[in-house]
Amino acid sequence: MNRPVITTILTSKIEAPNIKTITFRSPGKVTPGQYFMIWIPGVDEIPMSVSQITPTVIGITFRKVGDATNALFQLQNGAQIGIRGPLGNGFTLTGKHLLFVGGGTGIGMLTPLVEQARKKKLTTTVILGVQTKEQLFFQHRFQRTGATVLVSTDDGSMGYKGFASELAKDVLAKERIDAVYTCGPEQMMTALLSLCKNIPFQASLERYMKCAIGICGQCCVGRGLRVCVDGPIFDGNTLKKIEDFGSYHRDAAGRKIRF
Amino acid sequence: MVDIRTTIGSLSLQNPTMLASGIMDEDAGSMHRMIDSGAGAIVTKSIGTHPREGYANPTVIELDHGLLNAMGLPNPGIDQYGEEIKKIKTTKVPLIGSIYAADAPEFTLLAQKMQHYGVSAVELNVSCPHAKHYGLEVGSDPVLLHDIIRNVKNHITLPVFVKVSPNIMNLSEIVQTIEDAGANGIVAINTVKAMAIDLQTKRPILANKTGGYSGKAIKPIGIRCVYDIAQTVDIPIIGVGGITTGLDAIEYLMAGASAVQIGSAVYYRGPEVFHLICQEIRTWMKKNKYTTITEIIGASFQ
Repeated sequence: MNRPVITTILTSKIEAPNIKTITFRSPGKVTPGQYFMIWIPGVDEIPMSVSQITPTVIGITFRKVGDATNALFQLQNGAQIGIRGPLGNGFTLTGKHLLFVGGGTGIGMLTPLVEQARKKKLTTTVILGVQTKEQLFFQHRFQRTGATVLVSTDDGSMGYKGFASELAKDVLAKERIDAVYTCGPEQMMTALLSLCKNIPFQASLERYMKCAIGICGQCCVGRGLRVCVDGPIFDGNTLKKIEDFGSYHRDAAGRKIRF
Repeated sequence: MVDIRTTIGSLSLQNPTMLASGIMDEDAGSMHRMIDSGAGAIVTKSIGTHPREGYANPTVIELDHGLLNAMGLPNPGIDQYGEEIKKIKTTKVPLIGSIYAADAPEFTLLAQKMQHYGVSAVELNVSCPHAKHYGLEVGSDPVLLHDIIRNVKNHITLPVFVKVSPNIMNLSEIVQTIEDAGANGIVAINTVKAMAIDLQTKRPILANKTGGYSGKAIKPIGIRCVYDIAQTVDIPIIGVGGITTGLDAIEYLMAGASAVQIGSAVYYRGPEVFHLICQEIRTWMKKNKYTTITEIIGASFQ
């Protein structure tokens, strides 16, 4: 039944300034890349991709950006939230040497996918892109999986100085990469897609969502592709045909907002 | 050979399934997908004079026998939405512009703009159950409604359809008013005003608290309204409310509808619901030896 089910926050942890992970009991099988609608009663209901998947517990990691995330950030362990999900399609792993590129809070939702790839003994290179080193999180979680972890910062305070997509260009030139997985700012993802040419590519899209069940049209991109149910993960061939990708999104009223 | 084409006054449809307002009509791309999916006509989301964000989430939840929503008439305003309408290229699938406003001058302005953008008809939303000053508040007032329809009719040449609410006690008076004022068709019904409360938090789940109920549960309510309206007026009726299968559509046709609109079933059966319902209508007609939709429309009165 597609309506919020009340659950309690089991744990909460500050990962970086304004970035927090909360966990709740798993309602069943969840695939990396899927998301939940999180209801903060009296405030709002917002989509959140999962950043932690165990047989019993699900985690989401988010940054304070607006009223809903601010309210969620304030909630303590034991607080009641509503969850609806898991929703959306999730990633599919293909190939032997995979490159994962996470930008900003997009890093969070790639974590369970990298963990899954390492469990399958796939060779895994991860690029974590942030503006400055204080914003970095989950670096050790990635390292623990045995993945090769590279960091880029816009200001050069840690690792490669520059954009994650530029670092990815170097990796793609040196290594034989079978597939690329990404979540982060859309312009970073469009830059990556243009580098990938024939390499299989999957990206997680973020759009303002309302119904999250594929009827209201709010999150549609391209020719009626619904990010909430046809996505949020789209492959490179599909994204190349979506004129919105990297170009604009829509606000709650449906007005186009350029990135 | 079975022919499922139908007409709503001067409007010709390849099949009787129309996309209901507020469903997959955010932009040209989403409406194109519904055209690809076999809809016989497309109704846009309800558009006002200015951008409106609508309510906070939750805006839509699933209940045991239907969907409950309070979107709050979100829309980018007529000028920006006009760009989406202009992008829609279709010759065989009429596009109907749904508009909402509080009074006759605003409705008229919106209708004129819709006509300018190239729609084939306008649908006046005077039945939204959860938006202050709009919708139901307009549609339950016969004097105001008459004034709005007269003004719109005087200023555009397109057919004007009026979408009515089941949440009124004076439905016969209202539909008589709509016909007298010169409207070309009646769309019945909009959603049924309703609420759901979460037991653990003791809160209404929708951010707006009340919303409109749609889906299977409201079909008998819609059937009754269409049946009553068909006995009251002579203008065409478009049936809507809980249509999920071809048999549901046929029931509405028998009650007196010339075409039907589909909304919640896009959730229950996916965007391909239009193709599926048309196929189910054809199969039923073949089996029961009907060759045209006209034979079914109003059949319950014989």
